[in-house]
Amino acid sequence: MTLAIFLTLAVVSVFFSLMMVFTKNPIHSVLYLILTFFSIAAHYILLNAQFLAVVHIIVYAGAIMVLFLFVLMLLNLNKDTEPQKSVGWKFAAAIAAGLLLLTFLGALKGTIQLQQVANADPAVGLVKNLGTVLFRDFVVPFEIAGILFLAAMVGAVLVGKRDLKI
Amino acid sequence: MLEIIKSVPIDYYVYLSSILFCIGVFGVLIRRNAIVVLMCIELMLNAVNLLLAAFSTYLSDGQGQIMVFFIMVVAAAEAAVGLGILVMIYRNTKSTDISFLDKIRN
Repeated sequence: MTLAIFLTLAVVSVFFSLMMVFTKNPIHSVLYLILTFFSIAAHYILLNAQFLAVVHIIVYAGAIMVLFLFVLMLLNLNKDTEPQKSVGWKFAAAIAAGLLLLTFLGALKGTIQLQQVANADPAVGLVKNLGTVLFRDFVVPFEIAGILFLAAMVGAVLVGKRDLKI
Repeated sequence: MLEIIKSVPIDYYVYLSSILFCIGVFGVLIRRNAIVVLMCIELMLNAVNLLLAAFSTYLSDGQGQIMVFFIMVVAAAEAAVGLGILVMIYRNTKSTDISFLDKIRN
């Protein structure tokens, strides 16, 4: 049963990401990517990482993709202005990506010998457990992430200003 | 013991993440709209996130999921700065075609 759910979700996420790549209209690309993100959130729920699933939906579908959609609509890009690459370039890209996939699968096939944890804790993805790990083992990276956000915010505001006088 | 650990081998998550990552690489190579290229990069980051979360659950260790949070932080910062740069480029060139940016070389 779980395997069937996993396979269905895997097919759905691969299908929507392929649609995202192949759709001509950038707006449709954004919408397909949002559907891909929802299927990945379902994967997280299947992995019993509920907090991660909620954060994923809030951050990606709620913030990042809205930002993308907003910029696309602000710039008024549609199918007519969408630049296309030549057929030869697309063919070369397909071969390159296919070879990369082949390399990944060939390198990773049968190499993963995971020590099965005897008493796996089902509560590892819950807020209580993750908060303990985050604020006990990862305090310094957490603060650095805050500084990174501040720098990104200042940088985005400076880049977005219309006529900058320094 | 979680149901998923018993019924789904970890290899399946490795294959799924590899496929999603390669779709992202393919999208970066074939699309010329810079905004869609940024979206394909987000897809690649998500493939890695999924694999980290899967290993975190299978090894019953919360550190993998914390790494996913940090990747989300970097993705959000990257999207904000990248889209800001794109809006500036659009204002100057009236296009978001990445091959137009070849002119920066000269």
